[in-house]
Order: sequence, then structure tokens, then C-alpha cells
Amino acid sequence: MSELAIKQDVTAIVQAAIEKHGRNREALIPILSEINHAFGHIPGNAFREVQKQIHNPGEQTYIAESQLYALASFYDMLSTKPRGRHVIKFCENAPCHVVGGKAIWNALQERLNLANGETTPDFKWTLVTTSCLGLCSVGPVLLVDDDIYGNVTPEQIPDILKNYE
Amino acid sequence: MKTKRAMIVVSNDVESIRLGSNEIVQHLHESLAAYGLQEEVDVSTISDINYSNVLPLVIVYPEAVVYGPVKVADVRYLVEEHLYKGRIIPDLLAPPKQLTGQIGSLRSHKGYNPAEQRIILEHAGRIDPENIEEFIANHGYEALGKILSENTPEQTIEIIEKSGLQGRGGAGFPTGRKWRFVHSAKGSQKYVICNADESEPGTFKDRIVLEGDPHLIIEAMAIAGYAIGANEGYVYIRGEYGLAYRRMEKAVLQAKEFGFLGSNIFGTDFNFNIHLHAGAGAYVCGEETALIESLEGKRGEPRSRPPYPVTNGLWDKPTLVNNVETLANIPAIIRNGADWYKSFGTPSSPGTKVYTIMGNVNFSGVIEVPMGITLREVINIYAKGMKPGSTLKLAQTGGSSGSIIPAVLQDTPMDFESFRKAGVSLGSGALLICDQHTCIVDLVKVLLQFFRFESCGKCTPCRIGTQRTYEIVERISQGLGKLEDLDTLVELTSEMERASNCGLGQTATVPIRDMLKHFRTEVEAHIRLGVCPTGVGEFSKESEKV
Repeated sequence: MSELAIKQDVTAIVQAAIEKHGRNREALIPILSEINHAFGHIPGNAFREVQKQIHNPGEQTYIAESQLYALASFYDMLSTKPRGRHVIKFCENAPCHVVGGKAIWNALQERLNLANGETTPDFKWTLVTTSCLGLCSVGPVLLVDDDIYGNVTPEQIPDILKNYE
Repeated sequence: MKTKRAMIVVSNDVESIRLGSNEIVQHLHESLAAYGLQEEVDVSTISDINYSNVLPLVIVYPEAVVYGPVKVADVRYLVEEHLYKGRIIPDLLAPPKQLTGQIGSLRSHKGYNPAEQRIILEHAGRIDPENIEEFIANHGYEALGKILSENTPEQTIEIIEKSGLQGRGGAGFPTGRKWRFVHSAKGSQKYVICNADESEPGTFKDRIVLEGDPHLIIEAMAIAGYAIGANEGYVYIRGEYGLAYRRMEKAVLQAKEFGFLGSNIFGTDFNFNIHLHAGAGAYVCGEETALIESLEGKRGEPRSRPPYPVTNGLWDKPTLVNNVETLANIPAIIRNGADWYKSFGTPSSPGTKVYTIMGNVNFSGVIEVPMGITLREVINIYAKGMKPGSTLKLAQTGGSSGSIIPAVLQDTPMDFESFRKAGVSLGSGALLICDQHTCIVDLVKVLLQFFRFESCGKCTPCRIGTQRTYEIVERISQGLGKLEDLDTLVELTSEMERASNCGLGQTATVPIRDMLKHFRTEVEAHIRLGVCPTGVGEFSKESEKV
């Protein structure tokens, strides 16, 4: 995508999100979530665009870019850094840990040659740990994009990743 | 100096003392000395451990083998066999406890699974959650109609108070009393919030209700709204729960279409609307004031309290915040009455509880049983026992901030009152069952990693405390710990408990305290000997003792 295309996209997506969720303060997190969903992360110029489109002194709505950034940096599902085309989330909490989670995590890191939070140079994969996904009865659990994999063993990792070739 | 490799705990409640527990302690010391074990084995005492018919007890750690009743004459044999030769003595073992009356009265359903009492999960998995007509055919919205046509808000609150329902989010606050607070708070605009930000590790009970029976929550929220005088409700659904959000969204639309939400519900002048809000990934937003901040479009940082949400909640208006599981009880209580509800569970904790079972057991999943059944019953009956080759070492209840329960406490009835007495927290109902291969230091490290990551960073005791305690426990797990570290941990945990702004920092210390209380021998083995008794710890090269 060229930079110009992204810029036009940002304007359109921000506009659509505001139309859907409204201009109140309580709409900010849903709006940022929509942007994050569209791009995989929140591009820097999107903050300015949201600020521009929502800011309305006439109706006493004052939103600063820094406030938006504060939200994006707080919530785990929002990312301010570009991520790979596929994001692997690995549950690192105790229920998955006691049934063999550590071995899965080591296998993932080794296979992708990534540490926690890193993205491959070709922007194909991002590997992150996450807190409990509420799927503990089938632990260890990992999530690739929106696909859930439960009862994972280290041997299954290559096959799971192959689904996204 | 030699390392402690075992610890013996002798019961010393009044009854045990009468039966000679003091003499047993004395003989233990003598016998240990006779076998040259006095440096390796600690002897300690404990009271109130819930065995009444087999006192006095002698419990040997780290295996947590319970012997009882033990006579003075048995002591020398016990030391020789168990501590010197390492063999458990079957004849002296305390018999497993009788089943609690709670389970005996349950109706068993056809099929393979043991009996349950389903109130909260009555419809989940049995009706089509996307079809309001199936819900209506199963008494759905009957309770709302009953309340609106027969009861005043005051009477509604009385029913809930009388039922004894306690909040199922973890703290166990009486629901009726909370409703009354909001009801009598000043102000014409009030709100009902359903806390569906379920992120306590190991807990997925609310997800099952939201995905399997979304109309139940709508009905309960409308009843709550009528009782406290609110006509706006919010459901704060965890961002990761996409399916739950879509089901709720559909259910709200259907309820509006059928006239159960909107204006003049059931032809009365009661109006009620529900808005959905998806979270964006923050554990701390399960704390009610953080949840409210997040709903208002801010960072989910807990507020200082007081004032509490019951007077100053969403947009500074009186607000009722109830957990999904709490609300799910309401329609059944209204339909069947408070006395019916009180026939389940224990007198101090009526009703049922949804538990999520996981870990080294044969069956993991979700069950709903009366309050007051024991951990042993859950493991042996519902979880169908430990996995082959596994013996119970500990259970972690209620998610990360829950207690670590050693095997010896597995006969404590699981209700708010008994758990409080035993110094254990029931929490959210997650039961993580761990076997002998679980290293306590490693487990606590994983729990602290969670808190360190999820601390919102607003207050210093929690932000720094979760980080420092993690670093210390990580060091111990690598064989680099010092004995002074344990004192530092105690100091830090007490500061965190007293000075943290919200429950996250205040309870992040529970696993540390439980580790030191029940498994100190194992922790000290990491430090003094540089070995991990379970072989889990990753010891770095430099830590190897020369």
C-alpha cells in the first residue's frame, strides 16, 4: 500500500468508525479498536485524524492526541507498532503452564526465531504472549489471528503454522 | 548447615491436645534425633484443619501425607518408615472424608456425568442462544413479568436479600445489600453494569453464560434496573470474547423486538435499555472502578475509594456493578422464591457455584454444584480423579489472585465462610489442580509474571511491588536466591497489601504468602541446596554449588 493510499484509508476508516460509535468520550476505545482491526495496528496519523474529526469546541468535546495515545498504549489489544500479517498469541498463564505450556512457547520461539513481541523481517509473523483467553479446559492454548488451537503439543507447531502459508 | 528436606505438622487444636498431640510432638523430636534426622526435618503444629474424627493428625510434607489418628506409640514407627526409609504407611493414613451432604441430595441426570445442580447454567448448552423463543419457552422473561406486575422495587430487593445471594465475582459481597445501597442512593439517573470482563486466569464460567444463555443476563439486568431505579444498563464484555459479544448483540435486538427492552415493558411504565461495550484487553478492568473508567473512554485505572460506585459510579451517578454469574441467579430466585434458593448450598453461602476445573486431572471443564462441597469431592467425582501417575500436590483456587491450597486442606468445604475461616479465598471459582511435578517456585513465578504484566501502573506499591517480587522469585527459581530474599518478600507483600490502591496489588501477594506458608521447605531447597526438588527449575551455570 502506498503512503497516500494509507492516508486516504485512515481518513475513511476513522470517519466510518465515528459514524458507527458516535463522538462521545465513551466511543474512543471502540473507535481505536476499529482502526486497529483494519490495519493490524494504529498508524501514527490515525491519532491525528481521530483528534481532528472528533475535536469540536462548539460542543465542548476536547480530545488531545496524547489522550488517544494514552489509550492505545494502555490496552493490550491495541498496538501502536506495525504487526505481522499473522499474529500468534500464546497464553502464558498458570492453567496452560502446568499442562506443558513452556514447551510450546520454546518451540514457537525456536521455529519462528522470534522473542516475545517481535515481528519477522518480512512482516509475516508477530509472536506475543497473552493473558488467559478463557479456554483453559483445552490448554495449552494458542491463537493465530482469530483461530483457536487447543491441547497443543510441540510436534503440532509446524503443521499449525503451515495453515497460514 | 543441612537443608530441611521435610516438614511434619501436628494438629494442636483443643481436641488433639486432649488426645496427646503435645506428647506426639515431643516423641517426634526424640525419634528424629534417634535417626539423626533432627537437622533435616522440621516439626511444627497447626490448628483447625477440619478433620474431627481422626485426631490427632500428623501431616508429612512435601508429600502432604495425612496420618491420623496417630498415637504416641506410632511415632517411632512413623519416623522410621516414612522419614528414614521413605515409605508411606497405609495403615496409619487418615481415611478419606465422608461426602458432604451437599452432593448426596443431587438429582443425577442420565448419562455419564455425575449429578450437578444447574441454576446458573440451566439453559446453557440446552437451548439455541440465538433464538429468543427457546428462552421464553423455558420460563424466559417470566421473572421479569412477575416482578413488574406483582412486586414493588422494595419487595424485589427484599427477595434478593432474603435469598442470601452473594456476589460471584470473587469477593462474595451480599447482592441484596448492594442493590439496596444503589436503590437508596440520591439521584434520578442510575445505572446497572454487568461485569463481563472475565479475565481471571482459569476462569471461563461467564463466557459460557454469555455464549449459551445471553437472554438470562438481559432479563436479570432489567430486574435489577427495576429494583434500583435505573433505566440504562451496560454490559462490559471482555474484548477477546468475540462470540459472546455477537450473541449478546443479537439477544438485545431480539429482546427489543419482543418488548422486553425499551419503553413500557410488559405494559408498565418501566423503561430499560442495554448497551454493549467491548473491552480492549486489560485484566485490571475487571475491577469495578477501572471498568467504569474504561466505559467512560479512559485508561482502565482504578479510582480511589470511597466514594464507591453505589453512590458515585458511571458518569458520577449511582451505579450497580454485578458479575455475570451473580446476575444469572436472579431470574430463578424470583421465579422460585428465596426459600427454594436457600435449600441449596450452606446456610452462610446459599446457592450453587460454577467451577472451572483444569490441570493434571482426567476431566477438565465446567461444573455447577452447591456451595460447600469439598475440593476432594470435586477432584474425585467431577474431575474423575487425578491423571494416571499424578498425586495431588496443591490446588490453586480462584485464578491468579486466589489461594494455593496444599493437599492437606482439600477437605475444607468450598463456601465463602469456611474458606474465610481457613484463610483461603474462593475467588472466581477456577480450580487449577496441580500434581507432584509442579514446582511451587515456578508456579508462583508464572503467577507473578501475570501480575507484573497486568498491573496498570497507577500506584507505586503495585507497579514496583509486582516487578520486584517477580525478580526475586525468578532468581530463586534459577538457584540464585538468598535466604534474605524470603524476608524481603514478606516485607514487600505486606507493603503491597496495605498500600495498593485496588484488589490487583492487594491480592497479587496471596500466592507468595501461600508459598511461604505451605511450601517453605521446597523454597528453601532451591536456596540452600541449589536444587529444585521437582526438577523444573532452570538453574543457571553460575549457581551450581562448588
